[in-house]
Amino acid sequence: MSSGMARFVIRRLLSMLLVLFAVSVIVFLIFNVIPNSDPAVRMAGKIPTETQVEAIREEWGFDEPLYVQYATMMKKLFTGETISYSNQQNVTEEIWKGLPRTLSLAVGAALIWMAFAIALGLYSALRAGRLSDRFLNVLALIGISMPVFWLGALMSYYLGHKLGIFPTGGYVEFTENPLDWFWHLVMPWTALSVLFIGFYSRVLRSDVLETMGEDYVRTARAKGLSERRVLLKHVLRNSLIPIITLWGLDFGAVIGGAAILTETVFSLQGVGEYAAESIKQTDLPPIMAVTMFGAFFIVIFNTVVDVAYAALDPRIRLDAEGSR
Amino acid sequence: MSAQAPLLDVRDLAVSFTTEEGAVQAADGVSFELRAGEVLAVVGESGSGKSVTAATLMGLTRGPNATISGTAVFEGTELVAASDEELQRIRGNRMAMVFQDPLSSLDPVYRVADQIVEQIRAHRDTDKEEARERAIELMEAVGIPDAVGRADAYPHEFSGGMRQRVMIAMALSLDPALLIADEPTTALDVTIQAQIIDLLRELNRSRELAVLLITHDIGVVAEIADRVAVMYGGRIVEYGTAEEIFYDPQHPYTWGLLGSLTRIDRPRPQRLPQIPGMPPSLIAPPEGCHFRPRCPHAFDRCVEVPGLEARLPAAPGHLDRCWLEPERKSELQKTSPLRGPG
Amino acid sequence: MSVPSQGEEAGASGTEFSLDSAEELSGDPAERPGLGPWRLTGRRLRRDKVALVAGAVFVLVVAACLAAPLWADHVANTTPEENHLSDQVTIDGEKTDVVDLRGKPIGPTWNGEFFLGADSNGRDIMVRLLYGGRNSLVIGIAGALGTILIGLVLGLLAGYYRGRTDSVLRWVLDVIWAFPVILLGVALGTALALGGLSIGPITIEGDSLAIPTLIIAVIYIPYLARPVRGQALALREREFVEAARAQGMGSLRIVFTEILPNVSSTLVVFLPLLVANAILLEASLSFLGAGVQPPNPSWGTMIAEGVDRIVTAPHLTIVPGAMLVLAVLSLNVFGEGVRDALDPRAKVRIEH
Repeated sequence: MSSGMARFVIRRLLSMLLVLFAVSVIVFLIFNVIPNSDPAVRMAGKIPTETQVEAIREEWGFDEPLYVQYATMMKKLFTGETISYSNQQNVTEEIWKGLPRTLSLAVGAALIWMAFAIALGLYSALRAGRLSDRFLNVLALIGISMPVFWLGALMSYYLGHKLGIFPTGGYVEFTENPLDWFWHLVMPWTALSVLFIGFYSRVLRSDVLETMGEDYVRTARAKGLSERRVLLKHVLRNSLIPIITLWGLDFGAVIGGAAILTETVFSLQGVGEYAAESIKQTDLPPIMAVTMFGAFFIVIFNTVVDVAYAALDPRIRLDAEGSR
Repeated sequence: MSAQAPLLDVRDLAVSFTTEEGAVQAADGVSFELRAGEVLAVVGESGSGKSVTAATLMGLTRGPNATISGTAVFEGTELVAASDEELQRIRGNRMAMVFQDPLSSLDPVYRVADQIVEQIRAHRDTDKEEARERAIELMEAVGIPDAVGRADAYPHEFSGGMRQRVMIAMALSLDPALLIADEPTTALDVTIQAQIIDLLRELNRSRELAVLLITHDIGVVAEIADRVAVMYGGRIVEYGTAEEIFYDPQHPYTWGLLGSLTRIDRPRPQRLPQIPGMPPSLIAPPEGCHFRPRCPHAFDRCVEVPGLEARLPAAPGHLDRCWLEPERKSELQKTSPLRGPG
Repeated sequence: MSVPSQGEEAGASGTEFSLDSAEELSGDPAERPGLGPWRLTGRRLRRDKVALVAGAVFVLVVAACLAAPLWADHVANTTPEENHLSDQVTIDGEKTDVVDLRGKPIGPTWNGEFFLGADSNGRDIMVRLLYGGRNSLVIGIAGALGTILIGLVLGLLAGYYRGRTDSVLRWVLDVIWAFPVILLGVALGTALALGGLSIGPITIEGDSLAIPTLIIAVIYIPYLARPVRGQALALREREFVEAARAQGMGSLRIVFTEILPNVSSTLVVFLPLLVANAILLEASLSFLGAGVQPPNPSWGTMIAEGVDRIVTAPHLTIVPGAMLVLAVLSLNVFGEGVRDALDPRAKVRIEH
């Protein structure tokens, strides 16, 4: 790794740590400080008893000064000692259980949407202005206008319940039956991807169009390179750079949150659905934990993406040292 | 000059683009010849059609909006009617081009040597190491110090002048017969400009490399050109050898161009002469001679388009598009207000 | 002897010819006297029929929702909360239970009462749709405006002042950005729903509409602030800013009189998109139970209720969702039209 790159990575890591700290403070503020009511009562869930509330108050240190409360919270969350008071489950364990399901959903969807978005975006750019382009554009607009959970519910109803092509919901472990695992995920993957395909194909289209107008593309043609080579090695390579960062951001966002909606509709019982259930029960400890971990994951993932971006685009490394 | 066929023979090249606002006639009736090893400078201001002409020769203006007519024969191949594949084989190989802004003209994500290698391997069956060696050789030939060390650098790590040298090296990689240089020095500092022009002149001499130099700077023309074509409003308005253009200019626009040169052998003028008015709109150009609205010597015949013809029996190669009588021209070339005082 | 110059008519600006903007060669006709860039945008927008239709559709949706009380009182003769569980309606001469014995509500009757059917509590869906739409739209629009207000200020300050201000503000944006949108909304929504919010003298109840509005406004701040900041950064180097500084204008004044107008085109493009996304976000949060709280209706809560009973009464899901899609789609199409009207160059390039 060149020194320019090394310095860049270090700067990003430091910045990441700062942000993580801020995130943890904010989660703390959101759950324990800002709201107007007694935190112990809130934590206790729907039907708190006096003794429960007292116990919680002591365990979480709500009588202590704020920074002690913060430390307690961090300790409980990160050592897996958080318990949900509504159902006595260990929050961290539940999250671990749900993680492979959420990952199956998120990673699968991310790969699908990326592949389709690049293909459709490139196609639209090359046919820009023509009917096929306009048509795809309309489809994309519809895609980004549909709420994921609504689409998912309708798919589950029509394709699952009525036509019986796909199972209406549920998750099958990959280790149990890979084919079934796949089949159960087809609809959730589709529902989740539609939105992102709509968005990304348009972004890629406009990136490609812009890149095609760049001087270096003109040079590439002047060098006598085949049109295919010009497209793949120069146009696409440069157009993909901004997309990769966006993709990274959204992937983190999907894992961190948007998957909640899809998991709920399809009963996948991943981390997202766990969070959704907790919301319905107004059970705070799981929500707190999911929020914290979700945000942490995103921050770390974003840093990785930033580093990848710098690896792809050598100009960024210089930028980081300068007046960034 | 022998009677052999010219390297590049352009006749009546015309290019128009359709836009939202109408058809833009970017180049009209452009005709010139370029012989092997010769330097032809095409001079004119922005919008005169010089860049379009050059780009059209390379086939870079082809598209659904462009209408191209006329002929351009290069080494026996007719370029205007040639298929995309034929043109692709010639581009970068027999005929190469360097552009104005070397920073935006080089792909920022690939190393410099790799970009040269890419060009070589697009036309020849060379293996990577050989191509890379050649790339480094070329970089040395154009005067880049420490070519071996800089070969793996990225474009943004070079200075402007060095980047332009890289572009020139890249253009030369397959030993083309013709180098088209579109305003190669405009984006550079004056001192660097001189170096690049020297480099081009050197390459022209040592490699018998014909150069089609597009520029708006008539001073640069004086340094390097064998022949000159002056363009205005999409047309060539004067065409001849450098001596003919500088010492016996026939067209009022050329007078204006020359008048804008400051000369050290004359007293400094109070004001630099300006040609009044603005360049013509190419969507709705003026009738007849495009220069007519700005020309202090225009008369009634000027509403008829002057043909690009030789009007001086003693100089059959010196063409111009002006209806004025040759005697009148001889007089005015010294006294016209376009030439400025002195 | 001298012929009048055609200079004014030509209007050519002497711009460098570039291969992909043949439009420039013709001289920009926009530079005729009297037509500023906004008027031009307006003209181009007016020529874009699709965008205009979309804009009209959105306005219609808003109007219909605002007219909710009119519909409720005069056409449907009910309120959004009123239960008609044990009532009957006459359809085609036959008396039918609003909600049958198995709990299945009637579907669309296309009559004044229960125009779009009833939900499992016997409530008139059309009425709830319109009232819920009011909530969803108000939250969406107000949230978007909130985002613009705060995001604009933060972006401008960060971009113009640079240095420490910029670092701090960027760090704040990064932190908000770090939270996945839904999770943050959910976190804030649940936490605040339980006890409301009090900042100093202002107290907001837990079930007030202001809470989702605020949450949405805050979540989208980085989406707007970053591009604004980028523009401000670029603009501050331009000559007219230097000129203003040379004239002795104070920094704050420069930000608001010189930089802001130039950023406004970004704002205009963002506004429809922000509102569309805000509406979607509200629906998502309400669907999960972290947005609009019962008994207030919103399209999101209606879809949630519908999904639970989708097998017996799919119309409960389809109706609010379709309305939502209509509103959001029309905004997106209109927003696209605005973007094209502002920058038609994008189209010229295409045709090359």
